[in-house]
Amino acid sequence: MIMAFLDYPTLRVIWWLLLGVLLIGFAIMDGFDLGVGILLPFVARSDGERRVAINTVGPVWEGNQVWLILGAGAIFAAWPAIYAVAFSGFYLAMFVVLCSLILRPVGFKYRSKVACPRWRAVWDWALFLGGFVPALIFGVAVGNALLGAPFAFDETLRMTYHGGFFGLLTPFAVVSGLVSVAMLTMHGGAWLAAKAAGPVADRARVATFVAAFLLIILFAAAGVWAANLEGYRISGAFAHDADSNPLGKIVVRETGAWLANYRSMPWTMAAPALGFAGAMLAGLTAWRRHEILAFLASAISVFGVIATAGLSMFPFILPSSFAPASSLTVWDASSSRTTLLIMLVAVIVFLPVVLAYTAFVYRVLRGRVTERQVEANHHSY
Amino acid sequence: MIDNAAVELSRLQFGLTAMYHFLFVPLTLGLSIVLGIMESVYVMTGRKIWRDMTQYWGMLFGINFAMGVATGITMEFQFGTNWAYYSHYVGDIFGVPLAIEGLMAFFLEASFIGLFFFGWNRMSGLGHLAVTWLVALGSNLSALWILVANGWMQNPVGAAFNFHSMRMELTSFKDVLFNPVAQAKFVHTVSAGYVTGAVFVMAVSAWFLLKGRNIEFAKRSMTVAASFGLAAALSVVVLGDESGYTASQNQKMKVAAIEAMWETEPAPASFTIFGIPDLAARQTRDAIRVPWMLGLIATRSLDQEVPGIKPLVAEAESRVRSGMLAYGALATARAHPDDAAAKATLEAHVKDLGYGLLLKRYTDNVTDATPAQIEQAAWDTVPNVLPLFWSFRFMVGIGFFFIAFFAGAFWLSAKRQLDRHRWFLRLALLILPLPWISSELGWFVAENGRQPWTIDGVLPTFLSASSITAGSVWLSLAGFVLFYSALAVIELFLMVKYIRLGPEADAGASPASLAPGRAGA
Repeated sequence: MIMAFLDYPTLRVIWWLLLGVLLIGFAIMDGFDLGVGILLPFVARSDGERRVAINTVGPVWEGNQVWLILGAGAIFAAWPAIYAVAFSGFYLAMFVVLCSLILRPVGFKYRSKVACPRWRAVWDWALFLGGFVPALIFGVAVGNALLGAPFAFDETLRMTYHGGFFGLLTPFAVVSGLVSVAMLTMHGGAWLAAKAAGPVADRARVATFVAAFLLIILFAAAGVWAANLEGYRISGAFAHDADSNPLGKIVVRETGAWLANYRSMPWTMAAPALGFAGAMLAGLTAWRRHEILAFLASAISVFGVIATAGLSMFPFILPSSFAPASSLTVWDASSSRTTLLIMLVAVIVFLPVVLAYTAFVYRVLRGRVTERQVEANHHSY
Repeated sequence: MIDNAAVELSRLQFGLTAMYHFLFVPLTLGLSIVLGIMESVYVMTGRKIWRDMTQYWGMLFGINFAMGVATGITMEFQFGTNWAYYSHYVGDIFGVPLAIEGLMAFFLEASFIGLFFFGWNRMSGLGHLAVTWLVALGSNLSALWILVANGWMQNPVGAAFNFHSMRMELTSFKDVLFNPVAQAKFVHTVSAGYVTGAVFVMAVSAWFLLKGRNIEFAKRSMTVAASFGLAAALSVVVLGDESGYTASQNQKMKVAAIEAMWETEPAPASFTIFGIPDLAARQTRDAIRVPWMLGLIATRSLDQEVPGIKPLVAEAESRVRSGMLAYGALATARAHPDDAAAKATLEAHVKDLGYGLLLKRYTDNVTDATPAQIEQAAWDTVPNVLPLFWSFRFMVGIGFFFIAFFAGAFWLSAKRQLDRHRWFLRLALLILPLPWISSELGWFVAENGRQPWTIDGVLPTFLSASSITAGSVWLSLAGFVLFYSALAVIELFLMVKYIRLGPEADAGASPASLAPGRAGA
């Protein structure tokens, strides 16, 4: 009965939604860690203040980062073609992201293990880069997905890439990168405002307000720009339940194609609306000292912004600017039906457990982090 | 079309980053259990010294854990960045255990590791103990799923080729999960991690005893490590034997190469303890053999033969010819999906498609290969005999040494004489690098012995790579070498610094941490 309901096209759409859930989960959970890294040089001046900022995420960032690991693993399992094209096509960008992500575990763990101020200053920079660089590059990657990436498949489905590292840094992609940086800065600011004590929280409230303001402007600019881009559209009839073969369709490029879903399904406009409304609310509530509300509003904004990118492109996930017919879509880039089904069962069983113990961990660690607390506990970072 | 230099550099990069990653993994696996044992004793007895032990070894665990996490991300990403065709070709199967690893194991480990360090005063004694065991459980489950993925590369069960999507697809998740190769490798690998943890605790404690400091602390730590290490050392060798047995059933060429056995011997085959494999002459010189032993290990019988390299190459040659037919039929079927004759030919020969793909190195069309090229492709199935032969023997030697060492340690511990014999303490300190050496050798044997395949018999390594330039890989490889070297220096510096500071600095630095726990008292 359920098996019959879960036909191949339905499973593909479910996995497209789950891809969104995992990426949004990453941006909400690990996003505030990255934002704290970005804000570290600006909201914390003395060593004690910096340790407060770092220790608000110290016990939880490791769990949060698993959202990224799981996101990548789920793309590998459910969307292997996308994993192959995106990771190898953006080769050097991925390398840079990797190095900056590696700075974080060691930065958190090793910074306060030696008292020398110069040692700590170096790690503070490492933590800043570990937040800023991934935030920027993930945004640039989304921008490049909206533009289409220069790749093509041959008859054996081997992918060739016809571009380089600096080709990724087009003006639109850079604006997308800045949207991402502003968004995660706002989110990190809201976290610090709610979780840190003293002057760190006060400066974080101001940072949240400023970042939310910038996000609204940048998100609007990127939206207008994307509406006027040459988007992609599948032309003609195309089976949604066929075995995944990204060479079996015809794709045309049209200016404004990224608005098509908002015309045919007006409810999708809720996504950009939430992006804007969440940011406005986050800025205002942070200003008025409703920190927890600000964090929730910021999370809603993160949800809205990422959902906007996904919904604009549906059913495309990674279009090709070089050979549009090679574009990867929901209907021809997924795993087999068996794999999607097994992975769905795994998610249904384990994700609620993960969410439950994550909630437990945050409950145990509730309360603001103060300088005194950090000094008193020798396990502090 | 495939840049051979990029393939070789990607292999080097993957090998180096994987071996670097595995410097940290076994210690995480082993110490996580040691921490669980020590904290259990603390909760049961309420004696503070056991809590100090948990916290001190836990701090060293943390320094190591950060590096394991940091270098683990590289491993996951590299399948996509450097092995894109592999990701496309087998992601449908291989991606599943990796994703479930994140969902079921790594989330558990990483969510609770923060509470392990920050939760001491926020939870009951029993609550914190549960957290510690959950971290250990997460680490070990993590290893299980990674080895399910790796086991599938060695013995690709539960999957079939689909010519529409031009890739392997999952047919039975149960077969992938209960792959005998994966199960044997899992226990072998985690046991090696436990040995590493035990040796680490032994060596650091021995150093304290040699310096005449922290006597009670060090003796107790050593007692835990001695019994834990003995059990683990026995388990490594027994499950290593199980690995050898499953390999002899599924990867006959790997076994023949490890043994440098060129011809099939009459059953039961002898085991070569010493010898100099001569690749050019295709024979092993100056061999010292133990009669019957290989036949017993590999087949667990006296009458089954262990095939040698040359007969296996002859078998590979016929599979290459069959694979050519599969490849030709595949091209026809992809162009005309309704061609029933092509589909029937493909189905009949699809199990040899991978052998046909070996010819891609010599001719892009595959179907027009010359007899010389076919012979060459067949000989390509022989992995690198000389280093495999010797790496395996050193690994096994170290494994047996550990059994003797821990048996001795256990004996001394039972007689309460662990601190009496300085020669033993010096030995315990001296052997600190051995578990890492044998783990790295073990991975080398497993993965280099899998060559020329990424997926045994299914996908050749040189076809698995991304279409990236050698220049890009040079850049990332150089970056990794510099970056990882700097991190290694920092990690070792901190590790040595905190070992020297000792447990008293750890406990003394924090009055808050001395508040008694609720349990046991």
